[in-house]
Amino acid sequence: MTQPFRTAAGGRVDRGRPVRFSFDGQPYEGYAGDTLASALLANDVHLVGRSFKYHRPRGILSAGSEEPNALVAIDRGPGRITPNLRATAIELYDGLTARSQNRFPSLRFDLGAAAGLAAPLISAGFYYKSFMWPPSFWRRVYEPLIRRAAGLGRAPEEADPDRYSHRYGHCDVLIVGGGPAGLAAALGASATGARVILCDEQAEPGGSLLDEPGVTIDGWPAPDWVREAIATLGGSVTLLPRTTAFGWYPGNTIGLLERVTDHLAQLDGTLPRERLWQVRAERVVLATGAIERPLVFPGNDRPGIMLAGAARTYLHRYGVKVGGRIVIATDNDSAYRAAIDLHAAGTEIAGIVDSRTRVDGEAVQAARALGIAIRAGQTIAGTEGRSRVHSAKLSDGTGVIPCDTILMSGGWTPSVHLFSQSRGQLVFDAGSGTCLPSEGAVGACAGVFDLAACLRDGTEAGGSEPRRFAVAGMPALAHGRPPAAAKPHRSAFVDFQNDVTTKDLAIAAAEGFVSIEHTKRYTTAGMATDQGKTSNLNALATMAALTGQDMQAVGLTTFRPPYTPVTFGAFAGVARGALFAPVRLPPIAAAGVVLEDAGTWKRARCYPVGNETAEAATVRECLAVRNEAGMLDASTLGKIEVAGPDAAAFLSLIYTGDFTGLVPGRCRYAVLTGEDGFIRDDGIVARLTADRFHVTTTTADAAFVLHHMEDYLQTEFPGLRVWLTSITEQWAVIAVQGPRSAEVLAPFIPDIDLGPMPHMSVRDGHIRDIPLRLFRVSFTGEAGFELNVPPDQAQRVWDTFLQRGVTPYGTDAMHVLRAEKGYIVVGQDTDGTVTPDDAGLAWTIAAGDFVGRRSLSLPDMKRPNRKQLVGLLPSDPAVVLEEGAQVAGDGAVASLGHVTSSYFSPALGRGFALASIAGGRARIGATLSVRMPRGDIAVTVVDPVFIDKPGQRLKARPVQPVAAEPLLPPRPWRAPTCRPAASVRLTVLAPTTRLAIRAGGPAATGIGLASGVLLPTVPNRSVIARDRAALWLGPDEWLIVAPDDAGDLRAEALKAAAGHPVSVVDVSHATRTIELAGSAAAWCLNAFCALDLDLAAFPVGMCTRTLLGKVPVVLWRVAGDLFHLDVARSYVSYVWDCLEQARLELADPVVTDT
Amino acid sequence: MLRIPCPWCGPRPENEFRYGGQAGVIRPADPAAVSDAAWGAYLHLRDNPKGRHVERWRHLHGCGRFFTCVRDTVTDRIASTHKPGEAVA
Repeated sequence: MTQPFRTAAGGRVDRGRPVRFSFDGQPYEGYAGDTLASALLANDVHLVGRSFKYHRPRGILSAGSEEPNALVAIDRGPGRITPNLRATAIELYDGLTARSQNRFPSLRFDLGAAAGLAAPLISAGFYYKSFMWPPSFWRRVYEPLIRRAAGLGRAPEEADPDRYSHRYGHCDVLIVGGGPAGLAAALGASATGARVILCDEQAEPGGSLLDEPGVTIDGWPAPDWVREAIATLGGSVTLLPRTTAFGWYPGNTIGLLERVTDHLAQLDGTLPRERLWQVRAERVVLATGAIERPLVFPGNDRPGIMLAGAARTYLHRYGVKVGGRIVIATDNDSAYRAAIDLHAAGTEIAGIVDSRTRVDGEAVQAARALGIAIRAGQTIAGTEGRSRVHSAKLSDGTGVIPCDTILMSGGWTPSVHLFSQSRGQLVFDAGSGTCLPSEGAVGACAGVFDLAACLRDGTEAGGSEPRRFAVAGMPALAHGRPPAAAKPHRSAFVDFQNDVTTKDLAIAAAEGFVSIEHTKRYTTAGMATDQGKTSNLNALATMAALTGQDMQAVGLTTFRPPYTPVTFGAFAGVARGALFAPVRLPPIAAAGVVLEDAGTWKRARCYPVGNETAEAATVRECLAVRNEAGMLDASTLGKIEVAGPDAAAFLSLIYTGDFTGLVPGRCRYAVLTGEDGFIRDDGIVARLTADRFHVTTTTADAAFVLHHMEDYLQTEFPGLRVWLTSITEQWAVIAVQGPRSAEVLAPFIPDIDLGPMPHMSVRDGHIRDIPLRLFRVSFTGEAGFELNVPPDQAQRVWDTFLQRGVTPYGTDAMHVLRAEKGYIVVGQDTDGTVTPDDAGLAWTIAAGDFVGRRSLSLPDMKRPNRKQLVGLLPSDPAVVLEEGAQVAGDGAVASLGHVTSSYFSPALGRGFALASIAGGRARIGATLSVRMPRGDIAVTVVDPVFIDKPGQRLKARPVQPVAAEPLLPPRPWRAPTCRPAASVRLTVLAPTTRLAIRAGGPAATGIGLASGVLLPTVPNRSVIARDRAALWLGPDEWLIVAPDDAGDLRAEALKAAAGHPVSVVDVSHATRTIELAGSAAAWCLNAFCALDLDLAAFPVGMCTRTLLGKVPVVLWRVAGDLFHLDVARSYVSYVWDCLEQARLELADPVVTDT
Repeated sequence: MLRIPCPWCGPRPENEFRYGGQAGVIRPADPAAVSDAAWGAYLHLRDNPKGRHVERWRHLHGCGRFFTCVRDTVTDRIASTHKPGEAVA
């Protein structure tokens, strides 16, 4: 007969839908609505696992997520094996495959159980005491031994094929737990019109009410009342079943794990396996209930010994009898209900063993009336049975009761884990011996066990007037006795999951452990994924007795998140593989290019031709620049427009140089130091006009430099009238370098005379009809130019030069070329302890104050033996030193410094290096020794400039007048197209004119009038006037959006400012706009954006910078279901792909328009 | 995630902000006139209180402004935030 322990009728399982599953290869049958545990019990399977340390046979203790014993692995195929799942929380589905753990070769015959025989040896502190000597054994013997024995379950080895998603949620009231108190709280909260989220970890809300078919609430049988309550809440409350509140984080942020597909027999390709919610709640109501405590007696861990309340759950909710002949052990009334109910179901109750000497009350009398033997003042002194308990021995020695099941109840512990995580104040309740939350909890979590009181308190906790519910059929129960201390015994288990016994606690006490936190770590009681759900209070009571303290003095250990285990997949969400981090690609693409990471960007390392190696390509590229002309995509360099009457003064405070005397049209190399005097960044400062500068930064430090400048501008030098605008992505940059560079460029640039343009100068002009900001600068030592062009046009300019024979070169060649000239790379030749003088850049330091100047006169900064940048030439020209290699005096041991840059120079035909050497400049000419893996290499210290020390090559040759030539036609940009879905549509909009405005009040008004749209003064609001809009982005910062054909808005705006200091920067090309339209637009955004996008919180017209996933965006609600996202060009594909991931979850009828 | 009230934009999620260290550490007006010891203290010495801490934050992914925030380092509760120049209660 299948399912021999299934009742004839009753329970909430669907007996019309049998479900097949297997456990350890053995096929079984259960019903839809079962958990794996209930289905196993229905099939009389009690032995389900082996314990962690002693490999003792273990059964099912509980009926919920507190289960410490029945941990199994679920196998859904490659990559979908999940270990250590609680059988009591696994919903049964057709074809479910489960395996027991921690046994070999089989669950019934486990070799590891030998550990159980050695149990007396491996008690608390065993590892610390045993694996000490000899030290030579630590790595070779002890560690492998410990590692083999450690850990429970096996992680899958394949990549996880499932999808996981994240979601930000916002509500007025978050209710954790859908039992009676939680449901009543939801009713109470929704009646106030509040936004409510109710989460419950089980498949079906209702909690303990689902176990109470005999109880009525307002005349409804309790399970039906649950159904009615859910129906009432349906429209107004966000109900999240299968959702565990696993952590309470600062700012009332609650982490929820929603299990979306684990209960489905067929996986849905679109839904994520799990959703991780971060819910920001104005108020949290904890209705997390209470967990029944086991009794601690010798042999209390055998299969067939379970919690009394769990037996009632199995009976009433699943229609399963947990045994045939049952002994009940208790110290309170609640277990009597299990006796009465199981008796009614036809199970033999062999007796109730009650530790209380005087027992009375409604439930006790009812049991007595049924003829059930009650043995008051007795406890269980021991049990027998290997894979199933078969007898219980009474403490007074009066006998042994044969049985196949022991149900125990040691009282109920309120589930205060989340409250403890919130850093809330737990108050010790001497009556019950438990700790209760001082606020925010309701029902059993607050220590209230009377159903009517739970319901009444719930409505009040929800925010309504307390409502009375008529409850009938629930016997009055005497709850609330502190747990009794148990005597030390080697098989009296306190913590089942971690195999901690009262004897272990006694050892800890005997060895002087007083603090409960230390005892926890020494014995492992209450650790790991269990977090002491069933064990904490018993351990506490035992320790209190052992150390002669009262329980309150011993105190509770800190509960840690997560409440139950959370998968790594859920934490990662979509941030894995291609979406792990945004991939920023520069605007120029080339076939065959080898890319490398540079800060957040990808940059071209080299451009191999045919089968060329990267090394060979680099040599060819270097020679092309030295002899002809090469071009580098330098678009990733950071660019900042610094505008305002005090711009020159400000830059002179930020960089080591003085820019007040810099003539418009000229540039200067600039070194940025921190206040500590050490080099942080370098770049070019170009003066466009008297009050407007174009400043470049390194690729990796662009964001840092802007933040650093804003910091000083806003907080140290607020009197300066200067504004900063990032223009990094407004311009693509092509560096054309080499003796033929001017000759190559001349035919395309009609309005700038390249010949007379001096080294370190800047001009605005055109390359054919394209706007051009042309720098005459060099990072190669050759005469060269850097062309700043709109990024949409960069590819055609590049392709045109390519066709003209200009050799593309990558960062590898760039590094060789710059090092040959002794030009440093910040972060490579500097390391945060290098002053300008150390790097040979003292010449950049001007008179007067700047950030870092004072530090340069501190004694240590003037020490003669500081490490200084020098060149090294290996005695063997074929040798290329290793970067990072230590440099020492010949034959000496102590390091003098290290190699910072080292390459093979095609121009010199040999290896060369830059190095940071103590007193380096005084050692020029000396021979030192570099430590390399194959032995020391002799090197000569030289000046760090290897090529063209006088700088003759930087001078451009005069250019003969040449005929104008056309550029190749532009390559059209193809906007991505989105998967069709009705509820939200993504579109990348065509480019429009965008101006970044920075101005004070009067100028702002003037600009608003002149540009046809007033600049809003209310934070985060927008104004739309006809075809243009103005967005407030900061207290003196706006974005004007206008059609592409709006004319020269910038000139108009500047004119309208009428002499007031302003900054007006064209940023049209820096971003693209992604439009989200449709009813699910906000829903999609909230998968990545932490803002509350409810219409009341984020109304139409609201606009702000924020974060979307890992990138900054400007978010603008144009209409109720219409959002515009301004995204930096290089982030568009990341944002697009993220949003597409969110759209995958929409169960939408797919629209088939094209 | 903390919810930090930006003096301009109102309460916003923590990930939009960047911490800026202790507030009120003022750069000497004439650094050259400051002793080495005083300069070293300006560079390196900061309070590390248990409890009330007046600190700088920047609404980096928002309005971009630096502001002053009074936070309890034990509870993480934010008592108040202030625009630059406003008196801190």
